[in-house]
Amino acid sequence: MFGFKIKNIRIIDPSQNKDMVDDILIENDFIVNKFSEKLDIHNEITVIDGTGKIVIPGIIDIHSHLREPGQENKETIYTGTRSAVKGGITTVFCMPNTNPYIDNSTVVESILFRAKKEGIINVFPIGCITKGSKGIELAEIGFLKKSGIIAISDDGMSISNSGIMKHALEYSKMFNLPVISHCEDKGLSGNGVMNEGKNSTILGLRGIPRQAEDIIVNRDIMLAELTNAHLHIAHVSTFGAVDLIRSAKKKGIKITAETCPHYFTLTDEAVKSYNTNTKVNPPLREQIDIEAIKYGLSDGTIDCICTDHAPHTIEDKNLPFDLAPFGIIGFETMLSLILNELVDKGVLNLLQAIAKITTNPAKIFKLKKRGSLKIGSFADLTIIDPNRSFKFEESCILSKNKNSPFIGRQFKGCVVMTMVSGKIVWKIF
Amino acid sequence: MSFDFKDLLAIKDLSKKNLQTILYSTQCCKQILMSGEKTPILVDKNVAILFYEPSTRTKNSFEIAAKRLSANVINISVNTSSVVKGESITDTVKTLEAMRIDYIIIRHSSAGIANMLAKNFKVSIINAGDGFHEHPTQGLLDLYTIYEYKKKIKDLKVLIVGDILHSRVAKSNIWALKTMGAEVFVSGPPTFIPANIEELGVTVFHNLDDIIDKVDVVNILRIQSERQKENLLPSLREYISLYQLNKKRLLNLKSEAIIMHPGPINRGIEIDSEVADSSKSVINKQVTNGIAVRMSILSLLNRDK
Repeated sequence: MFGFKIKNIRIIDPSQNKDMVDDILIENDFIVNKFSEKLDIHNEITVIDGTGKIVIPGIIDIHSHLREPGQENKETIYTGTRSAVKGGITTVFCMPNTNPYIDNSTVVESILFRAKKEGIINVFPIGCITKGSKGIELAEIGFLKKSGIIAISDDGMSISNSGIMKHALEYSKMFNLPVISHCEDKGLSGNGVMNEGKNSTILGLRGIPRQAEDIIVNRDIMLAELTNAHLHIAHVSTFGAVDLIRSAKKKGIKITAETCPHYFTLTDEAVKSYNTNTKVNPPLREQIDIEAIKYGLSDGTIDCICTDHAPHTIEDKNLPFDLAPFGIIGFETMLSLILNELVDKGVLNLLQAIAKITTNPAKIFKLKKRGSLKIGSFADLTIIDPNRSFKFEESCILSKNKNSPFIGRQFKGCVVMTMVSGKIVWKIF
Repeated sequence: MSFDFKDLLAIKDLSKKNLQTILYSTQCCKQILMSGEKTPILVDKNVAILFYEPSTRTKNSFEIAAKRLSANVINISVNTSSVVKGESITDTVKTLEAMRIDYIIIRHSSAGIANMLAKNFKVSIINAGDGFHEHPTQGLLDLYTIYEYKKKIKDLKVLIVGDILHSRVAKSNIWALKTMGAEVFVSGPPTFIPANIEELGVTVFHNLDDIIDKVDVVNILRIQSERQKENLLPSLREYISLYQLNKKRLLNLKSEAIIMHPGPINRGIEIDSEVADSSKSVINKQVTNGIAVRMSILSLLNRDK
């Protein structure tokens, strides 16, 4: 038996619309309103002074690549979850583009087993929509659900055949599984490696027009309307997609959406150095997109913020820009970017911002007793020191790889403690 | 002298002053070149030519230029080097640097490769063409050739015809000419015009005949037949009818206009064979000037930076 009393801390809990200074009590795995007598008697209570700090529900990152099994040189469940807790993340969803793909129960079970053995946070696998994410035959979604997946997605690939996408939406309905769509018209994005526009012309790099994303967002919205299934749009990067999602929501279509910190922080100007750590799919867009995404976050069009944490080795990223793989890491910078780019700039207040990474993901993906600090919830929580500044240095990165466009950036607001089910997994104060 | 760079990566990085310095220095180099003499400017310096794409004129032009400056030149043929064993370009350059090479002249199909190497190595990097990004010495030799014929650049009307999207030559020409105050037009089918090109300060004409009679310089780009497979062109036949600089269009040119082509020429495709050899064509002059420009760049770069 063990207990924690975090004293005098500012509690931000969007699930209760709560912003107040109070104490928070943890007994074993859960948040409690008072300790049991037994615990009191044994005096096994650790008191933590939370003065000047903020506690939020543990962050739920609904989009990441843990790379295991198959690409352990990029990341493992061991290293990935350790990188995640540094960023205050207590629950992570991992995408199925592993080797083998998460398109059968055996892989799901193996990931859950390894997560329990080597991971230090909650890991929920996302299953494939189609076998091998090839976009041809549906994966055994029922078996996948039974073995523990939280959603389905062919992330990284977009299902080009609209008929198959329709069947996926129809079929997933009976299992209550959201379909997460990576929206990209491959015929249009072609061999593109960055946003198409003035900068792709100057740099001589093949461009990906916004419409490659918008066309499939629009198609999938239409299919969600047709099937009445739950569609979740992954990593929104364009102003057009924000508009399409907003009007779909107005029509009552069951659609939710996410974006990532890099899409509201960086533009394709960042590519000008040919730094392959700015190569990401969808690509970094322009200022007009950043403004639309910020507005979409503030009016609720975009429900969640996630990392799309996608580690690649230095050998891979040292290739010429057009040959290097897409993807950047994100666990260790997401919260600080949300604080600096959205809260400090007045786009969202703290409650709204934290909802995008806690309460909203829990609600959308039906996670019980998580994403909240209500009595009886799992004691998954993150403590932030809002005044602590730090420089994001390559040497401090805990992910197995360092492919971040934010290296060298100065941040204000830092995760100082992360707790998962009552266990401290990260503490730097 | 206004030139203080370790590398030559892109004309976009150069100011008007820089370009004027290069033009002046090229004039001097051309005198040396025409005299048939060697000059000891780069004596004891080592130049490596590292080409990952085929080339005759640029490669030989650099080699001749370096030798005229008394440098030692090594030519690395990618097909017989450790590149075929899978050596990364970074490791190849690291090896060359360890061999005390002073200048690496590189051509590669990936845009930005010269920038990447210049940032990470002390050796001087000269970009001899990187993907669809830039081909700065071609831009400079075109600029110099125009200057030689017209005695000025400012307010000249220059037209570039062809596949602008896949052309590093076009990009380098645009930056050089715009920086020096020329008016630049591009002509080609919309599938060959890159996004937002107007923002670089050029005007687009899809109909070649609307502009061809108004310009002082026509620069014709090479058309690669693989573009047809990418569905950017329905057929070469159709391209020829719309954009070939043929005898009829030659007649519409201003009397003092000049015709340029970066080579190698596809005779009968982007340019009619007779037009390429006509009195308005300065294509062979470009080749000679190419050596002078490359001598000039090799002698201007600052090895102490």
